[in-house]
Amino acid sequence: MVIGMKTIRASIIGFGAVGQGVAEVLLRKNEYLKNIGLDIKVIAVADSRSAAIDPDGVDLSKVLSHKRTEGTVGSEKLTGLEIIKNVDHELVIETTPTDINTGGVGLPNMLAAFEHGRDVVTSNKGPLALKYRELAEIAKENGSNFKFEATVGGAMPIINLTRDVLAGNEILSIEGIFNGTCNYILTRMMEEHASYEQMLAESQELGIAETDPTYDVEGIDAASKLVILANSIFDIDATYKDVDVTGITKITPESLMLAQDDGYVIKLIGEVKKDLIRVGPRLVPVGHPLAVGGTLNVASVKTDLAGTVTITGRGAGSIETASAIISDIISIYRK
Amino acid sequence: MRISMDVELKDIPGQLLLALNPISELKGNLISVVHHHEKRTPRGTIPVQLVFEINHEKLNTIISRFEDSGVEVIRSGEERFLEHGAIIMIGHIIHTDIQDTIDKIDSTGFAEVVDLSLSMPRIDKPSSALLKIDAVGKKEMNDAMSLLKTVAKEKDLLVIEPIETELM
Repeated sequence: MVIGMKTIRASIIGFGAVGQGVAEVLLRKNEYLKNIGLDIKVIAVADSRSAAIDPDGVDLSKVLSHKRTEGTVGSEKLTGLEIIKNVDHELVIETTPTDINTGGVGLPNMLAAFEHGRDVVTSNKGPLALKYRELAEIAKENGSNFKFEATVGGAMPIINLTRDVLAGNEILSIEGIFNGTCNYILTRMMEEHASYEQMLAESQELGIAETDPTYDVEGIDAASKLVILANSIFDIDATYKDVDVTGITKITPESLMLAQDDGYVIKLIGEVKKDLIRVGPRLVPVGHPLAVGGTLNVASVKTDLAGTVTITGRGAGSIETASAIISDIISIYRK
Repeated sequence: MRISMDVELKDIPGQLLLALNPISELKGNLISVVHHHEKRTPRGTIPVQLVFEINHEKLNTIISRFEDSGVEVIRSGEERFLEHGAIIMIGHIIHTDIQDTIDKIDSTGFAEVVDLSLSMPRIDKPSSALLKIDAVGKKEMNDAMSLLKTVAKEKDLLVIEPIETELM
């Protein structure tokens, strides 16, 4: 054991694509983490039906294969919430599914974690889009760290970029593409001169869009991310209901052609600044930094000192999202 | 008023000053000077494009001062529309009275619809249109866009406006 090694006991609550991605990345990066003095010991994993618990550390490769073969993570019957309340550990990795209307199980999970003084790293947008203020305040009162880079733009490091790397700058606005599914559909409609319905079907076939695509195509997902940015970066006390949202379902292939003839592409653009949070289709000049195609996400941050900084990256995917989670974990404990 | 003017200078030193001095002496505000030194005219003169703001009544004085000093005025006109924008609308554009939609912009006095491309795929399908709008300035362009969005909302049309493009 390296001198100065810090052991962090962690739970992974929610074991869908993102939770599994985190487990895989922890296995893959075990040596790297040890080299920087961090021993992340997962003492519990829970999905919606089962749990695996071991105070000496759960075998993540076993849990992963159990999930793939049996559909469950183990034989224990504790819920995620019960683990957060009753099993002693420092870090809750909250990766349960997003529920934008109620906050889902993520909301009580996070609140309980803070009440027990645990740190939270999450990819779950719902609770933050609904109750950012409350969560941030309870975390602060209990001295807990609360990090959520993975909630916005997947692997694209927008929150830590603006809060840490661009520290000292006033952030004037953030504008970008925050939903890969919409970007894919619009890009393909333009390439194929095809209708929205046709390209939605293609994205569903490829697993890029969900069976019920409402959340993505109506702009709700992008709006939730903007709310998180509004709260965490602009200190605006906003919820998802404050966003002016228009989705992409009414966009015609003809409009994309007309735009193209005039040197534009149409993108679903999210925009946040002091007095405005909105999501809607916009004309973007061809060759502009925001005119990225495929499933990519992109964000332009306008600042007073650095001018405009633009980043682009993969907005979804289990390993990509796990990348944001690992980076949050390291930034909390590597001191 | 804002004037855009094409003049031609003799190809000898000091000519550009002859063109610029009257503007500043008559309290004009010079906006831009494009000096095409490499593009000589068949007459052997050098074309220069000037944009400046000046009181209406002083314009003729400037032109006569130019002519007295050998600066040839080729074209002079009021530059009304400095901002050019495009916007897309989707929906039942024709049946919600497109004439009225355009009139709303044209009647502002500070913005005009100058081009319209329309695509109507089938009678029961929504149409798509690209409107080009010219406006007196940036603020007026924003006002015209807001107005168009209000009108479109009443007519249940989707409006797609450009992003702010200061990034480039």
